[in-house]
Amino acid sequence: MIRKFTMTGLALVFSATSSFAATNISWWHGMAGRNGEVINEIATKFNASQTACALTPVSKGTYEEALASGIAAFRSGEQPNILQVFDAGAATIINAKGAVIPAEDLINNAGYTFDRDAFIDGVRYFYADSDGKFVGMPFNSSAPIMYINDEALKKAGVEAPKTWEEFEAAAPKLKAAGFIPLVQSQLTWQFTENFFSRNNIQFATNNNGYDSVTDTTLKVTDPNLIMMFDKLKAWADEGYFAYYGAGWNDNQKMFEENKAALWIGSSGSFGGLTKTAQMPFSATFLPYWGSIKGAGTSSFIGGAALFAMAGKPEAENKCVADFFQFLTSPEIQKFYHQATGYVAITKAAYELAKAEGYYKEKPAAEVGIQQLMLPAGEWSKGYRLGFYPQIREIMEREYGRIFAGEVSVKDAFDTIEKEGNELLARFAKTAG
Amino acid sequence: MLGLNKSASKPPEETDAKRVQFNSRLLPYLFLAPQMAIIFIFFYWPSVQAIHSSFYLEDPFGFGSTFVGLANYTDVLKSGEYLGIARFTAVFTALVTFFSLAIGLLLAVKADGVIRGNATYKTLLIWVYAIAPPVAGLMGMMMFDQHIGPLVKVAAFFGWDMKVGLNYNDTAFAMIVVSVWKQIPYNFIFFLSGLQGIPVSVREAALMDCRSGFRRFWTVILPLLAPTAFFLLIINTTYALFDTFGVIDVMVKDKAANNPITLVYKVYMDGFRGNDLGGSSAQSVILMIIVFVLTIFQFRFIERRVHYN
Repeated sequence: MIRKFTMTGLALVFSATSSFAATNISWWHGMAGRNGEVINEIATKFNASQTACALTPVSKGTYEEALASGIAAFRSGEQPNILQVFDAGAATIINAKGAVIPAEDLINNAGYTFDRDAFIDGVRYFYADSDGKFVGMPFNSSAPIMYINDEALKKAGVEAPKTWEEFEAAAPKLKAAGFIPLVQSQLTWQFTENFFSRNNIQFATNNNGYDSVTDTTLKVTDPNLIMMFDKLKAWADEGYFAYYGAGWNDNQKMFEENKAALWIGSSGSFGGLTKTAQMPFSATFLPYWGSIKGAGTSSFIGGAALFAMAGKPEAENKCVADFFQFLTSPEIQKFYHQATGYVAITKAAYELAKAEGYYKEKPAAEVGIQQLMLPAGEWSKGYRLGFYPQIREIMEREYGRIFAGEVSVKDAFDTIEKEGNELLARFAKTAG
Repeated sequence: MLGLNKSASKPPEETDAKRVQFNSRLLPYLFLAPQMAIIFIFFYWPSVQAIHSSFYLEDPFGFGSTFVGLANYTDVLKSGEYLGIARFTAVFTALVTFFSLAIGLLLAVKADGVIRGNATYKTLLIWVYAIAPPVAGLMGMMMFDQHIGPLVKVAAFFGWDMKVGLNYNDTAFAMIVVSVWKQIPYNFIFFLSGLQGIPVSVREAALMDCRSGFRRFWTVILPLLAPTAFFLLIINTTYALFDTFGVIDVMVKDKAANNPITLVYKVYMDGFRGNDLGGSSAQSVILMIIVFVLTIFQFRFIERRVHYN
């Protein structure tokens, strides 16, 4: 009995000293539910893998709330070591020079060698500066892909469309078979930002905003984009496309309930969809226009990246670098990819999952990665636009008006471009 | 508010009967200090900060900040979008205040007349007040869901193709219904206690003078309820302006798109979602001025017509 107590006491002393010696680092993120649990599992794995650092993840609510808390904390000098920032907020944190230590510098300073080529093409530029240096460490990454209701297509006797032209040809048959041919879940991400990437068209001046914040303007009155939305509106009027508002789930529901034939969702959707869809489904790439020259390039990554906040002691920064190395190791990437449905961001992790036969079992899980690995075009690397969350809100408002029949497509994009450019000009002033 | 409430519900001789004397002159200030500290920390200090940052454009992390004078204000006031939201806020506030007061009063008058089982009626009417605004919003969202909402099905029965979240007016309708529903019990409680504070002798005297129930209510009961009604008018206006935030946030599902929103939601969108500190500070200062003007107006012009005794 006494021996048992002594052993427990000794164990406690040892564990206490080891945790006392460890450097504590914090990670604020905007994930909840299962995805939040997976983050805790990763932190547990990291803490178990070494003794020098102890990582504590803290959920701050949504992406927006995580960014807002990170900003407030930074201003009062209480920032976490790692902050998760979503795609649309990237410009906010990257343009605040001095708020973050670029991931690449952090890792190199810690004595590792950072290899840009280890990452799959689609994730390489989005959170990098104009020279390609990684500022944020890509974390949860996704791509907009098309989910297919296999039975609906079979019933209508059509193949899954690769281009929008093919969709146009198949839509009447799908409708005749009793299905809504097409639904989507986020017009901004899927039909605007990634319209530019998939069709290789310039989104904004100054190299999509990467080169400078001054005088960056949107190019959303591009005739091709207007054509895309004219088509969507016409398809909606014909009954080939249905829009259920800006809420993601209101639209997804029609696909889950076997009422829609095709749904544009996220590569990360398939895990949930496996549980909710009432019919067998598969997935393929987000269509592009065959008529646009050079189209068919890779899409931008969606999701979020991890940023190492500045103003922290050297020892903690070393721990953050250690964690980033751990996070990008093939085993952890594969674990995260399979546990959440987000794409693996390194080539090695993709190969590992493939060798394991994971994609034979779940082919839909591979589509997002393959789409991100398509040849990159000049305009498919990313965009860096200030106040972008508000620009998205303007787009959502105007798109709602288009489908409510209150405004023409041309007028809607004129408004988006005008108000968006005003916001970009405001942002340039804040950075000055 | 408290003093007003007291004089409304208690006869005057009782309030004047007791006057507490403090031994030390400092003691009352000491008792006040915690309250003042809270008001200072959570109201005055942030207000001053908001006014200060409304004159600047700064990056959210606080590195660069440029003095822009009144530019944040002119930008906001020139924006057609902002003026549209202001218009909706005015209409929304007026409708929510009117309907929640009117229905609350109607129910209170009816419940006051019920003799058998009145506790059950009252409890049934009051419990809604215990629901938090986001929960009310969530319930409203389900009732008005485009795919499964029971109220949408009822509307469809009458030939109304209701599309909450898609159609501006339909969403506005749903928001008003939920906000009114949430506020009725509050008004009900106050009106009911106000009605029960009216002396039986007054009612009996009125009954002898006039046979019409409606006229008795209009000329005798309602004027006696005026202090309560005035208090509720102010509370309901601020409720519609600010406290409906939770309802709106849940009902637009985090994406305002082309749905109606109120001014306070716009402050949140620009400040907390968009990280435009200068712009959203200017908007909150404007909102502060609106509330200030509204309160002065209510006290100067409406309170004059209210008789407390």
